[in-house]
Amino acid sequence: MEKLLEVKDLEVSFQTYAGEVKAVRGVNFDLYKGETLAIVGESGSGKSVTSQTIMKLIPMPPGKITNGQILFDGEDLVPKTDKEMEKIRGKDIGMIFQDPMTSLNPTMKVGMQIMEGLIKHQNMSKGNAKDRAIELLRLVGIPSPEKRVNQYPHEFSGGMRQRAMIAIALASSPKLLIADEPTTALDVTIQAQILELMKELQKKLETAIIFITHDLGVVANVADRVAVMYAGKIIETGTVDEIFYNPKHPYTWGLLSSMPSLDSDEKTELMAIPGSPPDLTNPPQGDAFAPRNHYAMKIDFEMEPPMFKVSDTHYAATWLLHPDAPKVDPPEAVKRRMKNFSSEKLRKG
Amino acid sequence: MAKYIMKRLIYMLFSLIMIVTATFFLMQAAPGGPFTSEKDVPPEIEAALNAHYGLDQPLYKQYFNYLYDVARWDFGPSFKYKAMTVNEIINNGFPISLFLGIEAILIAIAFGVVLGVIAALYHNKWQDYSAMIIAVFGISVPSFILATVLQYIFAIKLDIFPVARWESFMHTILPAIALASSPMAFIARLTRSSMLEVLSNDYIKTARAKGLAQGAITVKHTIRNAMLPVVSYMGPLTAGILTGSFVIEKIFGIPGLGDEFVTSITNRDYTVIMGVTVFYSILLLVSVLLVDILYGFIDPRIKLSGAKKGE
Amino acid sequence: MQNIPKELFTPATLNENEAEKISKPSLSFWKDVTTRFKKNKLALVGVVLLILLVLMAIFGPMMNEFDYRTTNLANANKAPSSVHWFGTDELGRDVFTRTWEGARISLFIGLAAAVIDLIIGVLWGGISGYMGGKVDEFMMRVADILYGVPYLLLVILLMVILEQGIGTMILAMTITGWINMARIVRGQVLQLKYQEYVLAAQTLGADVKRIMFKHLIPNSMGPILVTMTLTIPNAIFTESFLSYLGLGVQVPLASWGTMASEGLPAFEYYPWRLFFPATLICITIFAFNVIGDGMRDALDPRLRK
Repeated sequence: MEKLLEVKDLEVSFQTYAGEVKAVRGVNFDLYKGETLAIVGESGSGKSVTSQTIMKLIPMPPGKITNGQILFDGEDLVPKTDKEMEKIRGKDIGMIFQDPMTSLNPTMKVGMQIMEGLIKHQNMSKGNAKDRAIELLRLVGIPSPEKRVNQYPHEFSGGMRQRAMIAIALASSPKLLIADEPTTALDVTIQAQILELMKELQKKLETAIIFITHDLGVVANVADRVAVMYAGKIIETGTVDEIFYNPKHPYTWGLLSSMPSLDSDEKTELMAIPGSPPDLTNPPQGDAFAPRNHYAMKIDFEMEPPMFKVSDTHYAATWLLHPDAPKVDPPEAVKRRMKNFSSEKLRKG
Repeated sequence: MAKYIMKRLIYMLFSLIMIVTATFFLMQAAPGGPFTSEKDVPPEIEAALNAHYGLDQPLYKQYFNYLYDVARWDFGPSFKYKAMTVNEIINNGFPISLFLGIEAILIAIAFGVVLGVIAALYHNKWQDYSAMIIAVFGISVPSFILATVLQYIFAIKLDIFPVARWESFMHTILPAIALASSPMAFIARLTRSSMLEVLSNDYIKTARAKGLAQGAITVKHTIRNAMLPVVSYMGPLTAGILTGSFVIEKIFGIPGLGDEFVTSITNRDYTVIMGVTVFYSILLLVSVLLVDILYGFIDPRIKLSGAKKGE
Repeated sequence: MQNIPKELFTPATLNENEAEKISKPSLSFWKDVTTRFKKNKLALVGVVLLILLVLMAIFGPMMNEFDYRTTNLANANKAPSSVHWFGTDELGRDVFTRTWEGARISLFIGLAAAVIDLIIGVLWGGISGYMGGKVDEFMMRVADILYGVPYLLLVILLMVILEQGIGTMILAMTITGWINMARIVRGQVLQLKYQEYVLAAQTLGADVKRIMFKHLIPNSMGPILVTMTLTIPNAIFTESFLSYLGLGVQVPLASWGTMASEGLPAFEYYPWRLFFPATLICITIFAFNVIGDGMRDALDPRLRK
């Protein structure tokens, strides 16, 4: 598989009136053509900032890329000017946002909002662009697209608006689609529809997707690979199976234990991770998760753990993987998953 | 739409009747009669005058007569200018005031919007600060003070513009600027905050994510949406220009309706006061209606029956 | 990998409180607002100007031996000198003293109008918003109709028929001036009344008055203060405007508006008679405006990070 995107040592800070906030503190990941990578984390983990930085959408004051490279199709996007990025945005990389209510211009017809990108990037005439817009609306499953193309966003339902957003993002068949919590603001049933739609379109257009979410259920549904972020860093990454069935980082354990699962009995408690994420104006010295980490060791407060290799595709940044670390028991819910995993593996032989 | 206009017109009629009534009775409450300030008028002549003007009739009769007259667009005679009717005074003065007012409105909108847009696009940079300082001064300096200063500097000292009167286009410039200063400042601030609000909206991010050029985003997405509150402001804007004209016309010796109104106040010429008040009220109510209709055309979310278009 | 001492791999004693500690010092709402206000240099300038203004309004008229009403025709229209710091007017009165007397009057009118607007507005808007339903509709309908009357026209009309004076002026200004405040208060109350702490108070059995005064009003304080602060310059402007039309306070009282209107025709020859009151009108309106703006910006939740 070819690599489409390589993010190396990305660091992003913001100047606020309270000081400099280091929102992204050294993020590394790769993305291959046609695959779906889910970035998971709680609010404030830096996942949205990371994804928006790939498109360089973060306003550059007060934001700043203080370090790192973003290699898209071999080219580093970090030094590119806004004008150069305009050629890439909407054409090679598309993005959809969380809230479909506010992501569309309320005073502009939906069709026009799709056509804008087509006219700019593909030099289409207005007439052709309109035809294509109708096609796109049909593609994303909006009924009566010839009528809908002339309507305004407030005449669309929430789910339809998100479909329209997808149409806009995929209009020029981009190589990469960044979806920033696209289903969070939608009803569960609509959520499922949108996810199905995205998977369908991905297969058709061979688009790679970066899917940002805090909902592990969604991850299980769409992702090939997962990166878990905490306090501005990726703390574990692996395939979907590896993360769900063989997680190694205590934070991932926490996330999985707080998720109800069909095979847990009533006696299993849903565990919440106590405390809250650290203040990123003053990032802590050791492992950022340490103060909330049930399994923390003294070293977690002294030094940040590096990425330890678990397999060729699975890495986790926790001192628990150091050869000198004691063996610990992950929580019940996680242990059960691991058992299912190994028995599955045995079954598959 | 037609239903909406009908409804509004009915409300307007209602308001107008109230205003005419209120004005009428207020004037009755004023001390003295229209002839009290005149030189000694012998009682028989006073009685004759009263009869002539219908002032000896019972109050309610006077009221209904007045209502009837107003409906026929007859505001009665002026009590101070014996040979003139209020209608004539209005007809003489209004076109002048209208010209001045429209000129001022255009200046206020053009400069105000430009200033506000620049301030918002260069938020927190020197362009923003200077534009906003200009705006604060525009609001802080009452128009008549500004008018005097402008007159002094540009007309008297520098002799670029004529000092007073209404004879050529050059005569209109200083008064229009003075009249437009406060509204312009207000529009600048309004535009700026509206732009900033729009810029913080998600759909601007979407537009950038589409790869649109910065200029296109500013014009097609930001400014278009930011203009909505400015359009709404045009109702109060008209009112402000109208009242501002009272002083500006006086200072620049412009024979407009505002000037006449001020004179009638000083002279306690009650019919003129009443007539012009009613006329102004009609003007303002109509302009507010026009603005609301305009807004209904511009913002696709508004359905003019009063409800917002639902999902 | 470097050599890491084995003993570092022992479990750390986890301090529960450490986890829950919110690591940023939490500022109380008002402290946060004042901190942000203080960063606004323009607003601080406004505060300084306002303080100076108030001080001069209090002490100014006493600073020299003249009073505001004694006329001295022989001394008329004298330019500023070491005796008459701001010069004299056409009746030989000391402009300096009259200016600061005028400050008292203008500030008084502004404050009175703002306070009356506040009282009526808060009561009207608060009750309307809290009651909701038909009561709310009715009260707002009345307000809307009154609002439709052109403000300045109404003020002028009232001034024409009533006896001129400070009281009348304040009455005329507040007759429709409260509507803006009422709308703001109502807006706030509507937003807040569904907040949980109100529901909590209601379940605890608090009555309407208590809820209003202990919960809703204090939390609406921000926009209320901003509106008040911006009412004052409007009142000062209206006063000067009315005085210019000859509807201001009566002689021999000095208000900035009357002084300005008397000084206007004589501007070319005796500029100081217009200059001082006019400049002070501008400075005062400016100060209140930037303070009000600063407060509004400091309170804006969107700007808080």
